[in-house]
Amino acid sequence: MDTVNTLIVGFISIVLINNLVFTKFLGICPYLGVSGRIDMAFGMGMAVTFVVTLSGTLTWLIDNLILMPMGLEVTRYVCFILIIAGAVQLVEMYVRKFFPSLYESFGIFLPLITTNCAILGLCLFINLWGVDNLLEAVVLSFGAGIGFTMAICIMAGIRENLKLSDVPECLQGAPITLITAGLLALAFMGFAGMIR
Amino acid sequence: MTNDTGLKAGVYKETLLRGLWRENPVFRLLLGMCPTLAVTVAVKPALTMGLSVIFVLLCSNIVVSIIRKLLKPHLRILMFTVTIATFVTIADLFLKAYVPRMSEMLGPYVPLIIVNCIIICRAEACASKSSLGVSIIDAAGMGVGFTLTLCVLAGIREILSTGAVFEVAILSLQSQGGWFVPLAAMSMPVGAFITLGLLLGLVNTITKRKTKG
Repeated sequence: MDTVNTLIVGFISIVLINNLVFTKFLGICPYLGVSGRIDMAFGMGMAVTFVVTLSGTLTWLIDNLILMPMGLEVTRYVCFILIIAGAVQLVEMYVRKFFPSLYESFGIFLPLITTNCAILGLCLFINLWGVDNLLEAVVLSFGAGIGFTMAICIMAGIRENLKLSDVPECLQGAPITLITAGLLALAFMGFAGMIR
Repeated sequence: MTNDTGLKAGVYKETLLRGLWRENPVFRLLLGMCPTLAVTVAVKPALTMGLSVIFVLLCSNIVVSIIRKLLKPHLRILMFTVTIATFVTIADLFLKAYVPRMSEMLGPYVPLIIVNCIIICRAEACASKSSLGVSIIDAAGMGVGFTLTLCVLAGIREILSTGAVFEVAILSLQSQGGWFVPLAAMSMPVGAFITLGLLLGLVNTITKRKTKG
């Protein structure tokens, strides 16, 4: 029962309280780039969720079963980035084979998931927080993906409405998006006291 | 001969200035936003981050430029990331050894330099196509431009959240009998997003004025 509790608390905490986008500033580039339309944002979120779950699990396994016992921590970053690149390649091949239309609409953004800092960032945070069992690592990675999807979808919804409003000329585009993100981050701070 | 060197110097100067303002990585290209937002609580971590990025950018541009003729198109990005990851590991170990407190404060944002889009972008757009000299100058310009931007943003946030710049008190705080009430929000994520948004707006205005006048 205790493990289930820890897992649920961990999941909620990474989705709401330690949301990667709003509190750790990870994944800002796709967040600004793809949040123009809500269906694209959702697709992107799903792809990121898949890659982050896969690579979070794999990096935890490799880190704990190969690198640490053999004292190869120095090569950690190189290994992590190779795993992520591999996972992205896998997703790309899969999507191209089974969902060609989705593949077309993603274009360049699919391979760019490799350089999405949310993914490498999460792998590093799992390592930093000293997560010591596989199940927790899987749940945290999945939660991080869901948190990212939620953030990018909220933003896409707001931006679709923003198109209709009168924004000062110099703030159009990225600046107003950043300011909106700031206000959203302020709103998400309200969750901070929820756990512990 | 003299004409040729003159031409070369012109190219170098142009490349250097491009990184500083016209194609400033943060303000104009919107690259490397994550570290920009995360480490700019105060000037000191921002400067450390900027210097690490300059180091990694210089080294990876040099290596990529040297091996540019050997690169296979489909393995290109992979080669870039592995090169960058190697130099980031060096920078990370260096920071851990010589400035452990700063390294702890920056935490995972040092290894996150690997996925900083500026570095891959420069490797792809410049170093894999141009000679060693141009690549080095380009890295220097882009790196310094990035560092300066970080410092400006960090300076604004630090002075508004603590009344100090580089940990040297400038405004007299109300708690010590002065007039300035620190804005706690500036040291939080909110402050980062909004300050950067407004700065981008300011840069947009300035550029528009310039092109008009």
